[in-house]
Amino acid sequence: MDWILVISRAVEASIGTEAVIYALAAIGLNVHFGYTGLLNFGQAAFLAIGAYSIATTVTTFGLPFFLGVTIGLALSVVLALLMGIPTLRLRADYLAIVTIAAAEIIRLVVRSVALQDVFGGTDGIQAFSGGFYALNPYPEGDYNIGPIIGFDENTMWVLTVGWILVALSCGLIYLLMKSPWGRVLKAIREDEDAVRSLGKNVFSYKMQSLVLGGVIGALAGFIFALSRSAVQPESYNTELTFYAYTVLILGGTARILGPVVGAAIFWGLLILVGTFLEEAVNTGTITFITTTQVGPIRYMLVGLGLMLLLIYRPQGIFGDKREIALDAR
Amino acid sequence: MHVDEAASAPAGAVTDRKAAARAAFAGLATEPGVAKPDPILVVDNVVRRFGGLTAVNVEHVEIQRGSITALIGPNGAGKTTFFNQLTGFDTADSGEWTFNGRKMNGVPAHKVARYGMVRTFQLTKALSKLTVLENMRLGAQGQRGENFLRALFPRLWRAQEDEITERAEELLERFKLAAKRSDFAGSLSGGQRKLLEMARALMVKPELVMLDEPMAGVNPALTQSLLGHVKDLREQGMTVLFVEHDMDMVRDISDWVIVMAQGAVIAEGPPETIMSDPRVVDAYLGAHHDAPLSDAEAERQLAEAEAELELEAAETHGEAVPVNTATTAGPGEAAGDGAKAGGRKEAGDA
Repeated sequence: MDWILVISRAVEASIGTEAVIYALAAIGLNVHFGYTGLLNFGQAAFLAIGAYSIATTVTTFGLPFFLGVTIGLALSVVLALLMGIPTLRLRADYLAIVTIAAAEIIRLVVRSVALQDVFGGTDGIQAFSGGFYALNPYPEGDYNIGPIIGFDENTMWVLTVGWILVALSCGLIYLLMKSPWGRVLKAIREDEDAVRSLGKNVFSYKMQSLVLGGVIGALAGFIFALSRSAVQPESYNTELTFYAYTVLILGGTARILGPVVGAAIFWGLLILVGTFLEEAVNTGTITFITTTQVGPIRYMLVGLGLMLLLIYRPQGIFGDKREIALDAR
Repeated sequence: MHVDEAASAPAGAVTDRKAAARAAFAGLATEPGVAKPDPILVVDNVVRRFGGLTAVNVEHVEIQRGSITALIGPNGAGKTTFFNQLTGFDTADSGEWTFNGRKMNGVPAHKVARYGMVRTFQLTKALSKLTVLENMRLGAQGQRGENFLRALFPRLWRAQEDEITERAEELLERFKLAAKRSDFAGSLSGGQRKLLEMARALMVKPELVMLDEPMAGVNPALTQSLLGHVKDLREQGMTVLFVEHDMDMVRDISDWVIVMAQGAVIAEGPPETIMSDPRVVDAYLGAHHDAPLSDAEAERQLAEAEAELELEAAETHGEAVPVNTATTAGPGEAAGDGAKAGGRKEAGDA
């Protein structure tokens, strides 16, 4: 069995584009759910808005790439406002219902036949990332990081931009969450009425939180679209949101680096288990499953691992056990 | 502001505050809605209905500035609902009220607090996963760092944060929570949470403090300490309105008592005499709970009940149904109902 292959694929995945996308998506969710207690089940909508903004602006309308980025950021703010205005005054579970519906509406709109000319229907849109890769400072070739892993020049460029965005987002969240602004958010998570009785406009803070997390979600959408040089509606289904939640809880909610480490571990583990099983089947070590069965089985095993984690370490990797103990009181 | 005056006042002024508060109430009628010499809060015709139930229907009530006013009443009298209307946590169906002469109906809860009218909750709302000190800091108003953009530049709010922390530390010291400052609020005992909630409300620098059952679920040892803190609020020039069930506590600390029953204010008065007011006794124990029946009434009731029994016995015979347990139970029940109805009617008539 090729252990080098198994390990290198896993390490590549843990710093690769998936990890970046899910780290950003989960950082956004961390603002919503981890800090403010908003149950946003439609994070995929913000990713879709970001991805489709770039793709549609460039391919459909032939406008410059950076205009697409600007439109994506603006639309994610608009989406957050649209979702928040009717629901943030209501109980938390209403937001969950509306966000999951909003995400589905956006996915169904971009895959609709009627709008195929604009959004490309189920095939999606390709050939919009030229403007982004034109800025690539890496000359053509393979780049090795350490002895066993390496990426081509385009992936290197996406990863560089992606990890810079992750770092900037983490820095922003760090500054915000140790400020009085972040204190109000955390207090809202604990008890809205108490915060209201202390003279804070809870609605306004929840809206700011929804917008901030949504914009970070749109950044994840940019990286998603650019790393694949394509957008497809099925990439933005509810599964994406739930994986982002998994990543967040795995790393530890309301922790700055929780989503980042969560994403790296989630993808690293998934690929490690997958590649290991494939190799084992190919070399005849395991005979009772086939290579096509490896895909589903790795999800089963990772799911089992997550269940064990939640049972034995419910606070996640970075969480504080004392906080979990408080919930039990 | 009253608070600042109190801070600079000499210790001798302490008893004056109580005397002044008591003097303001001297000679007032004990009718509901009686006018006070210097009201901070004036409420008119506040009505709140939940479907067919009228939970609150207060015609007129005034709260005297600088006093401790207790709001009492049996369970379900609408005290907490009334609190919720006044503080913007629920929307009244009609009515208006002014705080310091400012109209407050329709004002959202957070603005009510900013105007200086701060409440606490019956079920204590400690922010569990924040430390005690963070809980306190949250109460301060006008924080520059609570703005999204300014939050990113600590030097814009650092100085103010230090001032807030200093004030929070002083209050924690006074409420004997200083040793707990870096513990999670969720790890405090029930009584300590009450203390924290009251201290946190003071961070807002309120003029009117509204306490919803401050003693509920507090052990007797802490009760005295809490009582002291409530009295202290008046000494510092604040006005206190509180809901409470414990009559000993009401007698001990309040200057004036307002009694609610079935949504309406039914009586007001000084704490020493309010509990002997017949309207209050009626509200708590039911009307005519101890009025003895006269001999004539008793005889009449007996006669009525016997007449009904005879009537039903005659009906049963007329139908010629064999007497079994079911049929005997029938008339018996009916007679019982009749007697009860008669009793009720009696109470209504008298």
